[in-house]
Amino acid sequence: MNKQQYETVIILTPVLSEQQMKDAVSGYRELITSNGGEMVHEENWGLTKLAYPIQKKGTGFYHLFEFTANTDFIKTFELAFRRDERVLRYLTVKLDKWGVDYNKRKRNGELRSAAKESKPAAPAVDVKVGEDTEL
Amino acid sequence: MSKETNFVFNQTPQVIQKKKYCRFKKHGIKYIDYKDKDFLLKFVNEQGKVLPRRITGTSLKYQRKMSVAIKRARHLALMPFVADGLK
Repeated sequence: MNKQQYETVIILTPVLSEQQMKDAVSGYRELITSNGGEMVHEENWGLTKLAYPIQKKGTGFYHLFEFTANTDFIKTFELAFRRDERVLRYLTVKLDKWGVDYNKRKRNGELRSAAKESKPAAPAVDVKVGEDTEL
Repeated sequence: MSKETNFVFNQTPQVIQKKKYCRFKKHGIKYIDYKDKDFLLKFVNEQGKVLPRRITGTSLKYQRKMSVAIKRARHLALMPFVADGLK
């Protein structure tokens, strides 16, 4: 019974409707909580463009779960993703203490160091985004 | 003594450039977020390849973490594996 903090990002097919996507997500949320996990944070990035096509699809619904769970839960969690055809990609990462700290600060909107970092390159970033949308 | 100075003198004159530094160490960044693709794009060339340490000046410790972050971002299709004219 070793609890760890994890972070999972899944990409769901764009074929789903908004409601179906929410159903799928809440299904996984239940899977976490019913297995003794605890949700810390959740983020839905909505329909996002992929950098390259996956299963011939150019977009996908991104969803992020941040949770604490027992170490052996991850096996069942990822097995569920592999069985699920709605999931294009998934990635589970164990958060170290810096990762937990980073996410906490990100949620509170106090990422000063990162903001300072991205400031000089801010115009360049805007250009990149513009190129992305053109594609 | 004279030998030494000669040696230095004979070297091709190099443009004095600002000293490179590890931006993670300088700003005290301990965790590199793989979801922050705009940040990761700074460590990648136009083709989406990871830039070497000798160019970015990143320390080995954070170069390793950064390359892992880029690979995770690629897996999640946040960044391309191969690209043309990324910048």
